[in-house]
Amino acid sequence: MIAEAGLIALWLAASMAFLQFALSAIGLVKGQDELFKAIRPVAIAQGVLVAISFLLLVWLFVRSDMSVKLVVANSVAIKPLIYKISGAWGNHEGSMLLWIAIMGVAGACIGIFERNLKQKTLVTTLGAQAFISIGFYAYLLIASNPFERIFPVPADGQGLNPLLQDIGLALHPPTLYIGYVGLSIAFSFAVGAMITRDVGPEFAKAMRPWVLGAWVFLTLGITAGSYWAYYELGWGGWWFWDPVENASLMPWLAATALLHSVTVLATRDGLRAWTLMLAVVAFSMSMIGTFLVRSGVLTSVHAFAVDPERGSFILALLAIYIGGAMALFALRVGSVKEGSQFEPVSREGALVANNLLLSAILGIVFIGTLYPLFVEGMSDEMISVGPPYFNLATGPIALILVAIMAAGPLLRWRRDSAKALLNRISIPVFLTAAALFALVLFTTSMSVLPLVGMALAAGIAVASFAPLWKRNLRRTPMHTYGMIIAHFGIAVALVGMASETSFTEERLVAATPGDEILVNKWKIKFEAIEPVAGPNWTALEARVTAQYADETIHEIAPQNRMFASAQMQTSEAALLTRWNGQLYVVLGDSDEQGRWQLRIWWKPFVTLIWYGGVLIALGGLLAMIGRLRRASHQKKQRAYAEAMI
Amino acid sequence: MKAKHQRLTLAVLALVALVGAGVLAAFALQDRANYFYTPADIVAKQPAAGQAIRLGGMVEEGSIRHEADGVTVNFIVQDGTARQAVMYTGITPDLFVEGSGVVADGKLTSDGTFIADSLLAKHDENYVPRELEGIDMTGNMTKTDTLVE
Repeated sequence: MIAEAGLIALWLAASMAFLQFALSAIGLVKGQDELFKAIRPVAIAQGVLVAISFLLLVWLFVRSDMSVKLVVANSVAIKPLIYKISGAWGNHEGSMLLWIAIMGVAGACIGIFERNLKQKTLVTTLGAQAFISIGFYAYLLIASNPFERIFPVPADGQGLNPLLQDIGLALHPPTLYIGYVGLSIAFSFAVGAMITRDVGPEFAKAMRPWVLGAWVFLTLGITAGSYWAYYELGWGGWWFWDPVENASLMPWLAATALLHSVTVLATRDGLRAWTLMLAVVAFSMSMIGTFLVRSGVLTSVHAFAVDPERGSFILALLAIYIGGAMALFALRVGSVKEGSQFEPVSREGALVANNLLLSAILGIVFIGTLYPLFVEGMSDEMISVGPPYFNLATGPIALILVAIMAAGPLLRWRRDSAKALLNRISIPVFLTAAALFALVLFTTSMSVLPLVGMALAAGIAVASFAPLWKRNLRRTPMHTYGMIIAHFGIAVALVGMASETSFTEERLVAATPGDEILVNKWKIKFEAIEPVAGPNWTALEARVTAQYADETIHEIAPQNRMFASAQMQTSEAALLTRWNGQLYVVLGDSDEQGRWQLRIWWKPFVTLIWYGGVLIALGGLLAMIGRLRRASHQKKQRAYAEAMI
Repeated sequence: MKAKHQRLTLAVLALVALVGAGVLAAFALQDRANYFYTPADIVAKQPAAGQAIRLGGMVEEGSIRHEADGVTVNFIVQDGTARQAVMYTGITPDLFVEGSGVVADGKLTSDGTFIADSLLAKHDENYVPRELEGIDMTGNMTKTDTLVE
C-alpha cells in the first residue's frame, strides 16, 4: 500500500503544480488579484505532497519492501540502515524524485518566506517554478516511475553498488541537488521579472539570499564529492575533470558569477540584463548537468542506466525550458533599461571582470565536456578530453580571476583611481612577489601553474582581510565577513591544490609482511594481512604501521572488500591525517610469492583543498544570514517610521 | 560615456571573453584530446609513437602476466580482429580480470607496446565503458553462473 500511497501523493503534487501554473497564468492575463491569494497555499501544498511521496519511497527502502521493483534492483535486506536510506536516491528514479521533491519544497519555501518581492513578480515566479516542475513530474510519472511493483516478488534484492555504500553517498547527492534545484528559484525569479518587467535593486535584493543559499549547497556538494572521489576510488586524485564533475562545476561557475552580478544590481542598479541572463544560464547548466549524468550519454560512475528514451525526454525538457527562457530574454532585453553607470576602475569594473572570466572558464569547461559528443555525432571517431586540456585552458584564466578577486573588494563603487588601489594592495603584491621568489629559489619540482597559484595564494590570504583595515570590527556587517571568509577560503584551497600537485610523493611496491618502506619522512611497516568481516562484506586487511619522523607510531588498515551481494571488490584506502598533509595507502593484489602490492602517497597539505571549500561555503552562509538579517531589520525600521507618521 | 555606449562596451567585452575562451579551447583541444582506438584501429591507422591515445577492448584470456617486480603487469587487449600488447605499472582496478572490458590511457612505444598510465575496468555488473558497447565480446566472456556451481 505504501508504494501506491507514494504514487498517489506524486500525482496529487503534479496536479497541484498544474493548478499553481494555471492560477498564475490566468491571474496574470486577466489581472484578477483574488486568484493570486490562492497561489501561496497551492505552492505549499505541492511541496508537502511531493515531500510525502519522497519520504514514502525512503520508507519502502528502509522496510526493504521487495515487491517494489526499484528496491529490488538497488537494495538488499542485509545492509546498514543508513545505506538503505541513501539507497533510495542512489539510483535513477529515486534521484529524480529527490530532484522534484527539493524543487517542490523550494517552491513551498518561496510561498512561506518570500515577502520582499512585488506580488505580481512573486506570482509569476511561482508560476514559472510550477511550469518547470510539471515537466519533471511528467518525466517521473511517464518515463521513470519509482513506485513500480514487481511480480513475482523475489526473496531478496540485488544490492547497491558497493562503491556507493558510503557515507559520502548519503550526503553528497542531496546537497548537490539542493544547490542545483535552488538555482531553479533564481531562474524562476528571472522569468517572473522579465514577464512583469520589474528588474531593479528590490528584485535583486529579493533574489540574492536564494542564490547564496543554492551556491552554499553547491559548494558543499562539490567539496564533499571531491573528497569522496579522493578516498573512495583509491586513485589518490581529488579532481578528475570527469564529465559528471564538470556537470556540477558548470552551475557553480555560473552561480558564482550570478551572486557577484546580483550584488551590482542590488547596490548600484547596474548589469540588469546580464544578471537576468546569468540566472537563466545557471539553472540551464543544472539541467544540462542532469541530462548529461542521467541520460547515460556520458559514461561514469554516476550514470545509473543507459536509456535513450529517458535521454530524449530530458533533452526535450531542456529544449523547452532553456529555449523558452532564452527566447523570453531576447524579447524583453530591449525593454530592460540599463541602470547607473560606472568607470572601468571601480568595484563594478572588478565585478564585471570577475563575471567575464568566470564565463570564459564556464565556456571552456562546457566545450571540453561536450566536444566528445559532438565529434562522435559528426564522425565515427571517438575521443576523450581530459585533465591536460582542462588544466591548460582553465588554469591561467582562473589565476587571473583570483588575482582580481584580491583587488576587487578594495575598490570603491562607481569610480576609483588605479594609484589608490596600488597603495591599498601593496602589501599583498609584495607578499606574492616574495613568495614567488622564494618558491623559485627553494623548490625544484614546481611547474608554472602551481608555482604562480601558490604565490598568489599568499597575497590573497592577506588581501582578503584588507577590507577590515581601519574599520570598526563590531560594526562591520556580517555579509562583509562572509565575503572575507569565502575569499580567504579560495586562498586556502589554492595552497592545497598547488601543494598536492607539486609536492606529492608516491611509492609503489610489492611487499611481504615485515618489509619497511620509506616515503618522505614516513617510515611505513607492512606487518600482516588478516581477513576481517563487516555487516555485508568480507575483506582482506593489511596491518600497516606508520611513523612520521620520530613521532608516535600509528596503525592503519587498508582493505580489499568483497561484497556478498554484488560479487565485486572495492579497495578501501587508509588515510592518516596530520596537520601538514595526509598519508594515503592502498592495498593491491598479491602474487604467487606472497607479496602484496602497496601504493603509498604522502600528500603535503592536501586537506587544505577541502578546508578551503568548507570556508568558501561558510562565507556564503554568513553572507546569506547577514543579508536576511539586515533586510528584516530595515523592514522593521520602515514599519516603525510609518507608524510614527 | 553614455549609458548606451557603456552597455555596448560591456556587450563587446563579453563577446571578446567568450570568443577568447572558444579560441583557447579550440587551440587546447587540438593537441590535448585523446583519440579512442581499438586494437583494430591501431593496425589500420598506425598512430605515431608517443601520441596520447585511449585504447579499449577485452583483456585476452590467459594473457595477464605479472612481472618479477610485483607491480608491473603485461597483458593483451583484443577486439576480435586484432591484438595489442599492453604494459601497466600500478595497482590494477578491482574489476580487471581476463575476459572483461578495459579502457587504458597511455601511448605506444616505438617497439609497438602500449604503455598505460591508467586503467579503467568495467565498473559494475550493469556498466560497460561506452567505448566498448559496439564490440562483440560474447565469445570471450567468463560466465559467472558457471562458476557458482
